[in-house]
Amino acid sequence: MSKKNDGSGLNSQLIRRPIQRWAPLFLLPVFAAFCIGFVWPFIQGIYLSFCNFNVPSDATWVGLKNYSKIWTDVGFWNAFKNTAGFAVVTIVLINVISFAIAYALTQKMRGANLFRTVFFMPNLIGGVVLGYIWSMIFDGILRGYATYLTANATYGFWGLVILVCWQQIGYMMIIYIAGLQAVPEDMLEAARIDGATNSQTLFRVIIPNVMPSITTCTFLTLTNGFKLFDQNLALTGGLPSIIENGAKINKTELLALNIYSTYNINKDWHGVAQAKAVIFFLLVAVLAIAQQAATRSKEVQQ
Amino acid sequence: MANKSNQPKIKQYSTASKILTAAFVVICLIWIMPIFEVVINSFKSNNAINLDVFALPGGDSFVGMDNYVKGMTFGNYPFLKSVGYSVYISIASTILILLFCSMAAWYIVRVQSKFANLFYYLCLFSMIVPFQMVMFTLTSTADSLKLNTPWTIPVIYLGFGAGLAIFMFVGFVKGLPLEIEEAAAIDGCGPVRTYFNVVLPMLKPTLISVGILELMWVWNDYLLPYLVLDITKYRTIPIHVQYLKGSYGTVDLGATMAVIMMAILPIIIVYLFCQKYIIKGVAAGAVKG
Repeated sequence: MSKKNDGSGLNSQLIRRPIQRWAPLFLLPVFAAFCIGFVWPFIQGIYLSFCNFNVPSDATWVGLKNYSKIWTDVGFWNAFKNTAGFAVVTIVLINVISFAIAYALTQKMRGANLFRTVFFMPNLIGGVVLGYIWSMIFDGILRGYATYLTANATYGFWGLVILVCWQQIGYMMIIYIAGLQAVPEDMLEAARIDGATNSQTLFRVIIPNVMPSITTCTFLTLTNGFKLFDQNLALTGGLPSIIENGAKINKTELLALNIYSTYNINKDWHGVAQAKAVIFFLLVAVLAIAQQAATRSKEVQQ
Repeated sequence: MANKSNQPKIKQYSTASKILTAAFVVICLIWIMPIFEVVINSFKSNNAINLDVFALPGGDSFVGMDNYVKGMTFGNYPFLKSVGYSVYISIASTILILLFCSMAAWYIVRVQSKFANLFYYLCLFSMIVPFQMVMFTLTSTADSLKLNTPWTIPVIYLGFGAGLAIFMFVGFVKGLPLEIEEAAAIDGCGPVRTYFNVVLPMLKPTLISVGILELMWVWNDYLLPYLVLDITKYRTIPIHVQYLKGSYGTVDLGATMAVIMMAILPIIIVYLFCQKYIIKGVAAGAVKG
């Protein structure tokens, strides 16, 4: 029975062509929704970034004017710096802590399942709700020092870091636990017999073997960090804001929120907001692809 | 030598492991502090919260169920209505995504036409596009197609969420043995019956994983429904919570915490019962992501 070899013949008759005749049922619904929910808005979004518009139907072509406006937009560059810093800090903190927790929980340890349940719990709560919970807590702590969360951009930044760590560590921990459990037992056994110390086993055997999990988690923390919106909006909403050279800067704004608030200034800024969104998309895409390429090359071939 | 793990093991915990457990008990208590704060503050008066967030309710500061009663109508919008919309939108969107994306994934893997492959690559591409890129245009598209009601918004979720779902389903369908479907076809099963009676049951574990990821996403999503829906009429729970702050100059923190408590308690209860599936779903989604 070597059916796989003559895949073009029998398979084609039995499986391929009959399914193809049902394309309107199998493919069309999701394809239509995908065009409405993604393809068309995406194409239109690129077009509108070169336009001045209030609603898409009254768009007039302005060339690169929107993009050149971004170049001098201090609020955007402030948000850019915030986002880059935020992404770096959260990638390192979340990955190191969640790996450490996962490593501890995969040792022989009483109550590991219960701890896992607790660490994952914050993930169930949406970003907006998280923002309100934490703003109450931070304000409660800072009140003791006669100040409040949105008084200082540094508080807002680190507050957001704490919030996002609390939310995402549990998620990444689950991925690391799955990775750690997949490390071949005989490899660990061999390391023990050869007299490897714990740290040698960790760095020479375990970490190379969980590289796929590390790839996934750095990818997720990177893109999550760059795309963060709800938490930012609900925790500080970008406050405090200052006026610098006649331009308003929201000190704790990240890129996604900056795009959103740019759109809400007035209709003259719609095109600029869309141009910012295009730049934002290119940035996320380049980073995601570069990160995948960089860590994939370090994975152990199996 | 492979049987080593099958030998009966006597469970014993070393001193180091006991210390580790003790340390984790403390860490976990700190970890659930924020949720604990929501619980205690939902029973305190607003003044008491403003005085000291961390004090336990008692005496004057304890207001019983007042905050919860206030919370039901807080923000000039009935809380239960937003729960209803959230439940409906999440469940309808998840069902749409599971059904149509698994069908499309099966089509893509089995037919492998140029068009199907192109569609698959577009889906992969959509996964790296941030929502901000399409949010304004998606909103106007939804308006002009009259998809801007809670009843039709699942179509938009199907469109924007198709990428991840199809990606995960394709990965799984590729591993399904062709022989079973061939046998069904030889026995006279058409593609529709083959799909629903043969393929779909085999996809069950992936359906659960994808379903949980999509459910968590739609349930907690704020911006898409906020932009697409007419929020004077339709609010989901995240929009409702956001508006507690938006509509009041000074926020009644007690009532806010009561609303938050009512919003997260059902999810936590569901989680405690189905955590096995949720954790599996997250791990499965990530390994392939």
